[in-house]
Amino acid sequence: MTKSKLVEKISENLTSITKKDAKVIVDVIFDSMIDSLKKGERIEIRGFGSFKVKERNARNGRNPKTGIIVNIPEKKTIFFKPGKELKKKVDY
Amino acid sequence: MTKADIVERVYEKVGTSKKESAEIVETVLDIIKENLKNGEKVKISGFGNFSVRKKRPRRGRNPQTGGEIEITARKVLTFKPSQVLKKVLNS
Repeated sequence: MTKSKLVEKISENLTSITKKDAKVIVDVIFDSMIDSLKKGERIEIRGFGSFKVKERNARNGRNPKTGIIVNIPEKKTIFFKPGKELKKKVDY
Repeated sequence: MTKADIVERVYEKVGTSKKESAEIVETVLDIIKENLKNGEKVKISGFGNFSVRKKRPRRGRNPQTGGEIEITARKVLTFKPSQVLKKVLNS
């Protein structure tokens, strides 16, 4: 399922919402989550799961082609932990 | 951030009533959950992909007792953030 399919489904399930509105809504939802993660906040959605920003330390790596040691700077990544309910739903 | 904050954002930006906004957010989550339940990948461009991965059974140990146990085959949900989101976080 892609974003556009999700948009379609929303307007099918909620008859008061047009496809155009549904697209705006989906963008607002994910943009608000991105904004929150940008601030380093944790997102907790009951029944779904939580997103957390974690910092990865800088480390040395190697260019696998040339074998030259390169420094990989520290970076932030997102970790998702599925909620109990969803975990069970997926694994039946 | 919680679900209530997301609902608030929808209410502010979309102009739907609070009750309607809550209903919409719930519907969006339900649709995503339903898809994942069916083992289908959910791809949200600009955010990331949710996918269900099948894990084979493997041997593990109870860390408390040291006893060997069998970890059964299972399906797990994983999330991979999009390149765009990774860039946004590190800029």
